[in-house]
Amino acid sequence: MRKLLPIAAAALLSLGLAACGGGDDSSDSSSSSGTVSDADVTAALEKGGTLTVWAWEPTLKQVVTKFQEKYPKVKVDLVNAGTGNDQYTALQNAVAAGKGVPDVAQIEYFALPQFALGKSLTELSGYGAENLKADFTPGPWSSVHSGGKIYGLPMDSGPMALFYNKEVFDKYGIAVPKTWDEYLDAARKLHKADPKVYITNDTGDAGLTTSLIWQAGGKPYTVDGTNVTINFTDPGATAFAKVWQQLITEKLIAPVSSWSDQWFQGMAGGTIASISTGAWMPANLTSSAPGGSGKWRVADLPQWTAGATASAENGGSSLAIMDKGANKELAYGFMKFANDGDGVQIRVDNGAFPATTAQLNSTTFQNTEFKYFGGQKANEIFAKSAQNVVTGWSYLPFQVYSNSIFNDTVGKAYVSGTTLTDGLKAWQDQSAKYGTEQGFTVK
Amino acid sequence: MAVPQVAAPPGVRVKRRGRSWKGWQFVGPFMLVFAFVFLAPIAYTIYLSLYRNQLVGGNSFVGLDNYTKALQDSQFWSALGRVSLFLVVQVPIMLLLALIVALAIDSGRLYGRAFFRVTIFLPYAVPAVVATLMWGFMYGNQFGLVKNINDWLGTTLDPLAPNIVLASIGNIVTWEFIGYNMLILYSALATVPVSLYESAEIDGASQMRIITAIKLPAIRGAITIATIFSVIGSFQLFNEPSILRPLAKNAITTFFTPNLYASSLTFSGQQYNYAATVAIIMALVTMVIAYVVQLRGNKDR
Repeated sequence: MRKLLPIAAAALLSLGLAACGGGDDSSDSSSSSGTVSDADVTAALEKGGTLTVWAWEPTLKQVVTKFQEKYPKVKVDLVNAGTGNDQYTALQNAVAAGKGVPDVAQIEYFALPQFALGKSLTELSGYGAENLKADFTPGPWSSVHSGGKIYGLPMDSGPMALFYNKEVFDKYGIAVPKTWDEYLDAARKLHKADPKVYITNDTGDAGLTTSLIWQAGGKPYTVDGTNVTINFTDPGATAFAKVWQQLITEKLIAPVSSWSDQWFQGMAGGTIASISTGAWMPANLTSSAPGGSGKWRVADLPQWTAGATASAENGGSSLAIMDKGANKELAYGFMKFANDGDGVQIRVDNGAFPATTAQLNSTTFQNTEFKYFGGQKANEIFAKSAQNVVTGWSYLPFQVYSNSIFNDTVGKAYVSGTTLTDGLKAWQDQSAKYGTEQGFTVK
Repeated sequence: MAVPQVAAPPGVRVKRRGRSWKGWQFVGPFMLVFAFVFLAPIAYTIYLSLYRNQLVGGNSFVGLDNYTKALQDSQFWSALGRVSLFLVVQVPIMLLLALIVALAIDSGRLYGRAFFRVTIFLPYAVPAVVATLMWGFMYGNQFGLVKNINDWLGTTLDPLAPNIVLASIGNIVTWEFIGYNMLILYSALATVPVSLYESAEIDGASQMRIITAIKLPAIRGAITIATIFSVIGSFQLFNEPSILRPLAKNAITTFFTPNLYASSLTFSGQQYNYAATVAIIMALVTMVIAYVVQLRGNKDR
């Protein structure tokens, strides 16, 4: 209690100040306790305390080190509670149990609406987060909003690109594919030349599937409040299913799950020749597949229509403050340091891909030569991709659940006679069923 | 005249009017623990199963809606069907093997009896998680033992394919629990007086005849108990599919077994109430089947 009193007093005081200043967003009936000014946050940082942060983003380690140097009284406990869905499951359990909830959690953009809707996150307008709008690129900025409120600060973004093993491509005389049809041909040629080599791996990945449909111009999800539509029969989804079905049927993709040890070994060793993923990938390649260093390159994502320049986001995550976290001022201080302050440059230096305009537009960033990519200035390609992301995409407000049943439905297409189209239909139906049960109006 | 005599028994009752709480003082601590540890969770699960908590709309009382929903839920029925198939196929195989081993060790004709007893029991001492991970590595057709076998023989065997993954899990469970069941049956055999065998031999009975006429009837109770344990184990199948799932997520669905289904409902779907319903229904099903097995086992006794 003794610790809490000054903070509560400060919060009350600033609430009064904000009222004088005519702040119009502080009266929201959100669970955050009024307004917290930058001064309160700084005071909390000076005062110190302990923070628990759940994240799997590798460059946060260096950020934590620097943060603790700058604020020696703050002790940050960085916990890797799993990647993606594993962490969300743990997080939901902790929230439901009301115990062991971290102060700050890494939450991918696709998952943010579900946690916001479940009232697990602290609404941040009271912390002045809305004033940071100009610092971030528009895509990620809109991704941390749900129902017009802000629930996190963008940490990175994932404009997609094709990462490929140039050594393998050169060995078999394969040109970098410009379209997905060329990609399919390249897959055939590679696998024929050496049956151990696959163009890529896939065992059914909801994130990749939705991102490629996004790039193809598909809009399977529309969300308007609690009115939701799910439709995997539009031209975008159809275009994806057509190419990917052939890759599966002809056994041209390695049946290796992403993020497994075999995956990194395959990429380092040359049996997995390319991956289509977000611009945050280089840090992971450097740390987990060091054997591929110098061999890999980055290219524009293959196109669904020849000559187009469409791109999509894959992954990308925010940091958010848990509603049940104990030390919110401190949490906000850390989050701002990592995502908007000195932390951004630290993370960029270690291979992360920022969501902040200052870093994206800087010449040092664009001219960075990646040792892993043989000195290639990969950020130019990523920055271009970021500008070409197809607009108008949205995820479901229960995307985490929906992704958890992806392998029950679409996954069947990878291991049995079920077609991808039927799998997508089953995914659509079961997601719609869940949505209806949860009180949404699903069409 | 006879009235006082008749009135005597009520007189005794009057003495006990001030009810003694001595007995309760003895069982009280136990009852308290019993209520907290056994009754409270069951009551809470039943309570949960009568509500529904939605992302939109919050928590509300829905009566028996969750139960009607479960009875019409094709995923729940497919999960129940899968463990029933498992029960009908895997349990007899496992118990038969355990029985053969127990009889062999008990026969006294086995060289290195203690060695076999320990070796066969050893898998049970390995934690299920470790055992499943170990088998998972062997099953992997991208990296494991099965890959090597496929490379040598030119086959395309995949134990984690959707249509045989249940059999692969059965193999793991059999490996894990043969030793456990063997021990139950062997300890029952050990209590049979040796004099019975001697007199049977003097009467000219063959070993086979001794087994069918003396040993099997004598351990009938133990076989029933082993069967009941296995029935419960089958219906509660969770560890093995859950741990193998990351290796075969397209083959092992989130509703592969009733327990896995309840777990996915809880942890991915946050449908605690519906998961509680599934748990209650499974408890009832398991109790009924276990009771039937017990009735059959005790017949003609």
